[in-house]
Amino acid sequence: MDFSKDPADEKFRAEVRAFLQAYLPEDIARRGQRDYHANRPDVQRWMHILDAKGWAAPHWPVEYGGTGWTPMQQFIWQEELRLAGAPVPDRGALDLVGPVIYTFGDQTQKDWFLPRIRSGEIWWCQGFSEPGSGSDLASLRTRADRDGDDYVVNGQKIWTSEAQWADWIFMLVRTNQDVKPQAGISFLLVDMKSSGITRRPIWSIDEGLTLNETFFDNVRVPAANLVGDEGAGWTYAKFLLGNERSFSAEVPHSKRDLVQLKALAAKAIRNGRSLAEDPVFAAKLARFEIDLMALEWAVLRVLHTPHGDTRSDSVAGVLKLRGAELRQRVAELGAEALGDRAIAVAPDPEGLHNLRDDGLIAPLEDDEWGITHKAIFRRATTIYGGTNEIQRQIIAKGVLGL
Amino acid sequence: MDFSLTSEQAALADSVARFVERDYGFEARHKLVASANGYSDAHWATFAELGWLGAGLAEDQGGFGGGAIETALIAEQLGKGLVVEPFASTIMALQTLAAMDDFEGRAALIESVVVGETKLVLAHPGAGALGDLSAVSCVAQTHEDGYRLDGSIALVPGGPRADRFLISARAGDATGLFLVEGDTTGLTRRDYRTLDNGRASDLHLDGVSATRLGETDAMTAIMAGIDHGLITLCAEAVGAMEAALWMTRDYVKTRQQFGRTISEFQGVQFRMADMLVECELARSMLYQGLAAMGTPEQSRRIAAAKAMISEAGLFVGRQAIQLHGGIGMTEECAIGHYYKRLFVIAHLFGAPDVQVGRFAALA
Repeated sequence: MDFSKDPADEKFRAEVRAFLQAYLPEDIARRGQRDYHANRPDVQRWMHILDAKGWAAPHWPVEYGGTGWTPMQQFIWQEELRLAGAPVPDRGALDLVGPVIYTFGDQTQKDWFLPRIRSGEIWWCQGFSEPGSGSDLASLRTRADRDGDDYVVNGQKIWTSEAQWADWIFMLVRTNQDVKPQAGISFLLVDMKSSGITRRPIWSIDEGLTLNETFFDNVRVPAANLVGDEGAGWTYAKFLLGNERSFSAEVPHSKRDLVQLKALAAKAIRNGRSLAEDPVFAAKLARFEIDLMALEWAVLRVLHTPHGDTRSDSVAGVLKLRGAELRQRVAELGAEALGDRAIAVAPDPEGLHNLRDDGLIAPLEDDEWGITHKAIFRRATTIYGGTNEIQRQIIAKGVLGL
Repeated sequence: MDFSLTSEQAALADSVARFVERDYGFEARHKLVASANGYSDAHWATFAELGWLGAGLAEDQGGFGGGAIETALIAEQLGKGLVVEPFASTIMALQTLAAMDDFEGRAALIESVVVGETKLVLAHPGAGALGDLSAVSCVAQTHEDGYRLDGSIALVPGGPRADRFLISARAGDATGLFLVEGDTTGLTRRDYRTLDNGRASDLHLDGVSATRLGETDAMTAIMAGIDHGLITLCAEAVGAMEAALWMTRDYVKTRQQFGRTISEFQGVQFRMADMLVECELARSMLYQGLAAMGTPEQSRRIAAAKAMISEAGLFVGRQAIQLHGGIGMTEECAIGHYYKRLFVIAHLFGAPDVQVGRFAALA
């Protein structure tokens, strides 16, 4: 073991920090710091800038536009992005469908989709869950029946996040009814402009819009949009979910939240002194920071251990589980630091999709926007991307062999 | 000790439960909160007509002979229905008045609130005071035959629809309680929605003409009013928690995943059991608080109730969403609204840590 830092990494950090200072537009950073739901115009502008620099998809293989950075450098990049307030990109594109396309897609698919993902030109949503198939994803029923050179898709997807922005949807569809559930699933790329697709917004309890329901009624999809082999969709989905495991801890995001929380606590007053000096709150804040350190070192272990190493698989299971909990905790501490003001509805003041436009919004300071939104919306972090119950099940079965 | 309800108490709770069932379905509530006023004047008239506003006041105080227990029985049912009319704020105002030394016009003022003629709320910075419930943020100056008030008070629940405000203000060395008409010159309101779709206001007072109520220091009465408000909120929380618990129980018994209802998974059963544990302990704590009303330990034990019930409510609300999965995150499902109501109650008039601190300090 050798825990000494690579001096090159700190040099790298300085380089990316300087880049962000120079190139991240101020208005995008302001909205990014507030951390409401994705805002496509912001992400698109930002991806354009990153793409010009060649940094749009650092974690991709170099031949597909990646940077060749070490895992540690990618982690540093994420930390600096979040600290600077860069918008969270279209994760479905960069972390999920992009890797599936460059790993399993054909040359035509790679040539057409990958540059457009890097430039932010096309936005993706994910069509996995269905009303009856959430945790039990393999039971999905949306079907794609082959008809000549097309598939005809019928069914319904739910939790198609950011579908309101999406140009394309990557989806799991049932192409074979006669085999065991997992074997009958295929991975299909569908143009959201196709005839027969309708979308229904689902407002979430923070009064924002990210969730949607998407319906497919005899949607014709060229068979050329099938990724890889028919019936291999389940394998690709597992690959895709495993691929993002080291990022699912969201440590860079939580570290930024901690910086914001400390600033809020220094400003807020409780019982005549700053909340940061309130021993009870200070202890909770410190305890959060300690738990985040543990998670960060778990991430570092995974980043520095090759895939397939048993111990690495064991610790990887921890990441999403604890990461999601910490994201909730830091958001709730933020609400506490906001004091009683945390009870006011605080939708995105620059939001393009807010549930109500009644003007009945409390006056907040610049640095107070987004806090309540996070405290409420992050109840979802332990639900999406595999609930914490499913994560525990994976650890119990896959690691502990129970 | 007797934990059973008298027939009058049972009838009272039943009348509120019937109102909630009949008039406060999820769709009906949705329409109400999206309306301009954010609540129903007709409902408020019903509250008055059925005697709910005065149920917790003794007869010689202008009420119907009950106490905090009666108020809590009502509030519990209102909590189950996520009722948005500002019941607790009104109770806080009424109980503050009732705790004052008698002054001319007190009986008439209480009566006009109890019969629903006047909407009166307490405007005291307790809700926005970051832990110090006795902080006062307005100043009163004598002016000709009355007073003028200056200052700001943040977060007055029920403020947007109030006809009149009871406002705390520094008057010389004492804290005075002042009556201010809602439309008085110099009083500006900034109205907004709270997460639970209630409404609140920030008040700004600039030389507002006011009538002082009573001559003596009003802080003791205000704190008594707040105690009543806190225990009312606790009762609402207990009602909301139990509704969320059983709603979730019903959901997990119907939701199918992996070829069975998710209620068959032991992990889900254990979680539901933990939720029930919190509900039962919260209810016990509510009764503990109600038992302390009128005793020298009132404030300390109410602080304990508010701290514990808030945490329990947050736990139950979080788990209720978790067990619902994605649907629990949506505006169109009731369960998220229970969480938001419990979140608001937990943060209102002192978050759990603040109440724990009060409990320790009052020992």
